Amino acid sequence: MSQANANNKMVLKLVAIVIGMFGFGFALVPLYDVFCDVTGINGKTENSAAVYQSVEIDESREVTVEFITRTNTGMPWEFRAETQRVKVHPGELNTVSFYVRNPASSNIVAQAIPSVSPGTAALYLNKTECFCFNQQPLDAGSEAYMPMQFYVDPQLPKEITYFTLQYTLYDVTARASDLTTKPNPFMVSGAESGK
Amino acid sequence: MSKATDVISPDSSVHHDEHDHHDHIPKGITRWLFTTNHKDIGTLYLWFAFIMFLVGGAMAMVIRAELFQPGLQIVEPNFFNQMTTVHGLIMVFGAVMPAFTGLANWLVPMMIGAPDMALPRMNNWSFWILPGAFLILLSSLFMEGGGPAFGWTFYAPLSTTYSGDSTALFVFSVHIMGISSIMGAINVIVTIFNMRAPGMTWMKMPLFVWTWLITAFLLIAVMPVLAGAVTMVLTDKFFGTSFFDAAGGGDPVMFQHIFWFFGHPEVYIMILPAFGIISQIVPTFSRKKLFGYASMVYATASIALLSFVVWAHHMFTTGMPVYMEMFFMFATMLISVPTGVKVFNWVATMWRGSLTFEMPMMFAIAFIVLFTIGGLSGLMLAITPVDFQYHDTYFVVAHFHYVLVTGAVFSIMAAVYYWLPKWTGKMYDTTLAKWHFWCSLVSVNVLFFPMHFVGLAGMPRRIPDYALQFADFNKWISLGGFAFGLSQLIFLALLIKACRKQGEPVSAQVWDGAEGLEWEIPSPAPYHTFDTPPVVK
Repeated sequence: MSQANANNKMVLKLVAIVIGMFGFGFALVPLYDVFCDVTGINGKTENSAAVYQSVEIDESREVTVEFITRTNTGMPWEFRAETQRVKVHPGELNTVSFYVRNPASSNIVAQAIPSVSPGTAALYLNKTECFCFNQQPLDAGSEAYMPMQFYVDPQLPKEITYFTLQYTLYDVTARASDLTTKPNPFMVSGAESGK
Repeated sequence: MSKATDVISPDSSVHHDEHDHHDHIPKGITRWLFTTNHKDIGTLYLWFAFIMFLVGGAMAMVIRAELFQPGLQIVEPNFFNQMTTVHGLIMVFGAVMPAFTGLANWLVPMMIGAPDMALPRMNNWSFWILPGAFLILLSSLFMEGGGPAFGWTFYAPLSTTYSGDSTALFVFSVHIMGISSIMGAINVIVTIFNMRAPGMTWMKMPLFVWTWLITAFLLIAVMPVLAGAVTMVLTDKFFGTSFFDAAGGGDPVMFQHIFWFFGHPEVYIMILPAFGIISQIVPTFSRKKLFGYASMVYATASIALLSFVVWAHHMFTTGMPVYMEMFFMFATMLISVPTGVKVFNWVATMWRGSLTFEMPMMFAIAFIVLFTIGGLSGLMLAITPVDFQYHDTYFVVAHFHYVLVTGAVFSIMAAVYYWLPKWTGKMYDTTLAKWHFWCSLVSVNVLFFPMHFVGLAGMPRRIPDYALQFADFNKWISLGGFAFGLSQLIFLALLIKACRKQGEPVSAQVWDGAEGLEWEIPSPAPYHTFDTPPVVK
């Protein structure tokens, strides 16, 4: 019987490993986000507003920031950057504007997802104001200009002189619980839900 | 071959008790349904794996028939995608993995002097849930909209946003396959830890037992992660979560990280037992001890450990930063060191041995040569800059078929040819075996070798059509494929003959260089063995 006891003990340990690894599979999800936040390697920018405070402007160099827009499959909006690219000094506060129009016959809520290339530049792109922090509703047939205010951290590595910020617009109407036509400051940012 | 029969069973104190039992074997279908005997379960696994090998092979025939010439002629592209997907799933989870589990069931208790597996009832369950899993998967092909068509890697969003309703069936079947192999792995670990015969110390264990022990640990470490990944796909698709959906804050690239965290150890799950098999066969037919036993054990363990830190070499083109690509490139290349140790040890075992070339040895030598070709193309794929050219081309297809077909599958065939006489007590039809070997060897190279060339020339994988300049090579590849498929019918005929117990009776030792506990019990192996544990000196 001691053999059976030894077997049972061992099985329990192994089952614990199995359960632990199943949990680890799911733990990879937040771990992945934390890892990417710390290293900035997948080009994701911060989802909350940065504070522009006592930032020194580095007049000695200029960085080109390019803006690319696209809409996800099935998203009917027109979406374009008013400015294709800007040359900025690191530390300097800039505002750019994006144009959207909803040509569909129904009201649609959109969520913009940013992505920076090369990915490491994402750590140094600080947005003080962005339409991507919130879901953006737009009535059928209407249009809007969405502002984005940012500065480039002067710590930006010297070898990066040019980077691209891409926004992809997703149709999240089905997800948006409350279909209002006015921007709702209390609405949870889409990028935070679903976690 | 003739030598095999005139060896004398070594005198041993091992099987004094065998006669008390008189081997009362239950009869009929219930024997197989309710069996807790490791040999019966091993047989069930092996037959199941062989049937799945033929089913998955039939799907490969559909793929090669469609690719015989450019243009779309035989199947719809959507059905073609289902064929590539289900072919991969069946070969990985239905053929190779159950075949190794079957061999483990048959051999591990006999090799370590245990009467049975540690958990015989769970053993029964872990086999009998498998046919259900594959019935679910195969039946999804007949659903409206068809079965899974997103590749066996089921990348999101292909498997979430763009897949059909049959995805739910796919997910459940993968869950069941995972549970089955986890139960099998737990059983192997407990058996090896707790049921070794007195004197069977760790460093006396046969290498097949060692490699399976390490494989079993890999299985319990990564199969749960696969279960997690398919669960996330399921909830993303049907319950509105956003693990892999960028619009909801998820990340589709994260799917690939989670999948390959499972997927890379998985490829070693499919090759480590093969290393064990070859390490059993080569010494027997070289009539020498295995060269570098301890280094083989350590090499296996280090391959297993390294397999956890190389997963992103499947993802070089996803836009990782350069330093990450460098890390995964060098870590991947590092694996070729312990793998090289193994290949050199096999060659060194043969060096100045009294070699004979019976069927198991032929397959083992073919394994060493052809697996090394697959290993070298893997080394090429590990080089990040060139991987940008090779990625998703037929070069990758050539690489993993060399390591999985001429690697894993050839090792399983070698194992069957090696231990089949022990299982049945009769020598199989060696003429058929030679036909099987030579037809397979030639056709498998006609099938997979030209894939390197079309891959380097840029032919993408998983596409039902191709540019005209690839037509000639693809014709040859398809002809090789049909020939390889037909060659396996020779194997089927041989196995049916062997199971009908036709052939010359063999001695207990079967091969005159064979050493180990399993060769000390009579042939055929009695239904119950080692009720009294043998003493290993």
